[in-house]
Amino acid sequence: MSLRTVPRTLAGVGESVRRIDGVPKVKGAFSFGSDLWAEGMLWGHTVRSPHPHARIRSIDVSQALATSGVRAVLVAGDVPGRKTFGLEFADQPVLASDRVRYAGEPVAILAAVDPETARRAAARIAVDYEVLPAVTDMARALAPAAPRVHEFGNVLRHIRIVHGNPEASVDVWVEGYYETGMQDQAMLGPEAGMAIPAEDGGVDLYVATQWLHADRQQVAPCLALPHEKVRLHLAGVGGAFGAREDVSMHIHACLLALRTRRPVRMVYGREESFFGHVHRHPSRIWMRHGAARDGTLVCVRARILVDGGAYASSSSAVIGNASTFAAGPYEVPNALIEGTCVYTNNPPCGAMRGFGAVQVCVGYEAQMDKLARALGQDPVELRRRNALASGSVLVTGQVLQGSAPVREVMARCAALPMPADDRRATGDCLRYPGGAGNVSRGEALRRGIGFAVGWKNIAYSEGFDDASEAVVRLVGAPSGVRAEVYTAAAEVGQGIHTLLAQIVRTELGVETVVVHPPDTGVGSAGSSSASRQTMMSGGAVQLACVGVREGLFARARRHLEGEGVPLRGELRIEAGWIHAGSAPVAPIERFLGEPIEATRVYHHRPTTPLDATGRGDPHVAFAFAAQRAVVDVDTELGLVRVVQIATAQDVGRALNPQGVFGQIEGGTAQGLGLALMEEVRLEEGIIKNASFTDYLIPTILDMPPVEATLVEEPEPGVPFGAKGVGEPSTVVSTAAIVAALRHATGRQLNRVPIRPDDLIGLAPPVATSGPPPAPEVPGPAPIPKYHGLAAGQQEIMGS
Amino acid sequence: MRIKVHVNGEWKTADVWPGTSLLFVLREHFGLAGAKNACEQGECGSCSVWLDGTLVCACLVLAAQAHEREVRTVESLAGEDRLHPVQEAFLASGAVQCGFCTPGLVVAVADLLAHHPSPDEAEVREALSGNLCRCTGYAKILDAVRLASARTRGGSR
Repeated sequence: MSLRTVPRTLAGVGESVRRIDGVPKVKGAFSFGSDLWAEGMLWGHTVRSPHPHARIRSIDVSQALATSGVRAVLVAGDVPGRKTFGLEFADQPVLASDRVRYAGEPVAILAAVDPETARRAAARIAVDYEVLPAVTDMARALAPAAPRVHEFGNVLRHIRIVHGNPEASVDVWVEGYYETGMQDQAMLGPEAGMAIPAEDGGVDLYVATQWLHADRQQVAPCLALPHEKVRLHLAGVGGAFGAREDVSMHIHACLLALRTRRPVRMVYGREESFFGHVHRHPSRIWMRHGAARDGTLVCVRARILVDGGAYASSSSAVIGNASTFAAGPYEVPNALIEGTCVYTNNPPCGAMRGFGAVQVCVGYEAQMDKLARALGQDPVELRRRNALASGSVLVTGQVLQGSAPVREVMARCAALPMPADDRRATGDCLRYPGGAGNVSRGEALRRGIGFAVGWKNIAYSEGFDDASEAVVRLVGAPSGVRAEVYTAAAEVGQGIHTLLAQIVRTELGVETVVVHPPDTGVGSAGSSSASRQTMMSGGAVQLACVGVREGLFARARRHLEGEGVPLRGELRIEAGWIHAGSAPVAPIERFLGEPIEATRVYHHRPTTPLDATGRGDPHVAFAFAAQRAVVDVDTELGLVRVVQIATAQDVGRALNPQGVFGQIEGGTAQGLGLALMEEVRLEEGIIKNASFTDYLIPTILDMPPVEATLVEEPEPGVPFGAKGVGEPSTVVSTAAIVAALRHATGRQLNRVPIRPDDLIGLAPPVATSGPPPAPEVPGPAPIPKYHGLAAGQQEIMGS
Repeated sequence: MRIKVHVNGEWKTADVWPGTSLLFVLREHFGLAGAKNACEQGECGSCSVWLDGTLVCACLVLAAQAHEREVRTVESLAGEDRLHPVQEAFLASGAVQCGFCTPGLVVAVADLLAHHPSPDEAEVREALSGNLCRCTGYAKILDAVRLASARTRGGSR
């Protein structure tokens, strides 16, 4: 990738600045992970288990190895270092040795001169499996007799949050059971990268990822190489949404490159991509909400079960989020919330946009509507009455310190104009649910309106110090002054690099900012996850700019005062000049004979883990969003048209408004997908719809207009008061759409995605015999931790 | 087998396996990586190119089918120092996020506007319903089409 230079005159914080990577992207010249090419490169290929649970008796690679054009075939025994990896716990084999735990688990890898040769050779690898009984149902995983996914059992983490008196008496109880399906991130760019062996015995890996340093921390030990010999560089990232938090082809490509001494490119096809990354956890949620007659929430009881699949990934943090967000953005004095994540022989689940907050929002918002009905109250008014505000106490005992304009987002959303009822006026069948697929004349159309509020944490939680480092360098050159930014923050499409350039322009007043491609040559920036990079890397860049400015002013003082020029008043930079008070004193390039550089690390405020009763101060900050969905349902055909989404989002301060609206619209689309169409369908642990033909994501025909408005109440103590904006819309939109569908049909609709059969009553609501038993566990920490499997990302910051 | 394709105004040849797709030849033999490999089964439109002037998914066309025919890709759209109006509109409207779907969408929109300079919204949605985007929710893509249409008709850039 080349350097990106942005000459601009203004384009600072608060402006809708064009993307700095926009021109190559519209020209098709931007280099994504799957576009990488090197002279003499080989193509890597992965052989995966067809069984959800099996013992490997033997693997015979001799025929594959003898195939013309094949340069290497590797199995578990060829891994020179640590045999396992994992984001939080190293429980996942690089290549399965004796046992496979999910269908799709890698068992062998090979490198060949072209992809067709690789594919054919892979088919000649003979793996002898002894199929074992599998546990593919999350509730059954808790049964004593269930097959064990790992030696230490099937519980990945169990959290119990006790707040106030969960036995408190209430006037009205409402109960509900809800399920959410497994969602795929479906980023359009597949997993891809290229490993190039280096002369020092190390390796350079160019890869599309969300966090270079966490990848390196997992890759290097498996290669038996010191960290400094494993250099990671960000390749162009074709969307992420959580799917690239985990290692996919990284270690495999490096192993093949080191073995063959040739560059090795690995690119997953779409089908393989469904097996090659984690998904959003499917969930089963039981909730009881108790309120006083006047509508004041008195008690929330919830039991949440999520399926972590075969390996831990980031599951422990996902169930942490699901549990701590389960009461919704409402004040409740009494609560008992029990969250359990189990291991099963399903494909692993992990991070996806919304990260545990999505699933519970489907539950708590349905409960709030039920409660409003039971009390005969307006559902928006009921929410307003109970809304969190700054100073509120959360179920963990955490006192909400930052900005929390919950009532404001609700009021602003509710006040947005309603769409016209154009169902029959146009006579255009494309406006009927189902579009061209609708065979009716719209006789059975019913319109529904739903309202939901959601919340999400910003940055990592539960004591994690996910700091970010940035280097800013101010350089004088004949062509003018420029600022250079070095950061490992992954640009995944969200626009962080554009934003960092805006921050530099605002802080240093220079027009030209060069954001260097991220690599592990600088310190960790943390992950492009959890809506955190605006705050964290934005904060690091801002601090580094302050450092540069201080260096510049010190130099200017030395020079000017040495020349006898007195400097009165505070120094500042304006339009390329240093000003003292209101007087311009000298252009900054006068003092840039040598560049000025500053390296700074930004830490968010410390948080704490949960204790045995779920008490703690786990979250850094919160962002809120309200959405109102208007839908038309054809109640005979079971087809839906989402007519409009109106939304107000709490953004702290919009640093690039166009980018903020883009995040809200895109996040809403993913929530709409979960509400109406998106589910990875499993049968006995095997994915049945691993393609874009069978796994549907919203098209331009599915998306309604999104009328968005921003609530700007700056978050105290964070750079520019800005909150991350990527996730709240995804958290809330599924719940809002489902509420609208319930309103239109009068049906229970307690499982997403909602299918046509659910809407016309052909399928009954999902039922349960009751909450699962609470497992006996040593404490609230993830179970692998008690077994010494910790390989925490947290170490990155300490190392 | 040996094929010869007229790509973006230039004859190019390649020696390919008979099952090779046009997408693979463009990306791996001709070094034109603008057409993307997101689904490789004609669902996402990321590999949209013109084959003898007709919009196609390059993943669904065999390389052999393009033998002695004309292919135009996203790389043909921008001039030396100016972008195509559709490319410019995508930038101005904020229709680009990760950018993986962008080349395919730019080609599809350019094709739409070439045939239909002022489509209404329903026509735009129908024309682009074969192009998946996972980042934007399509709102700003619709804005970009409106802008490109207006600017093209107005004759200004």
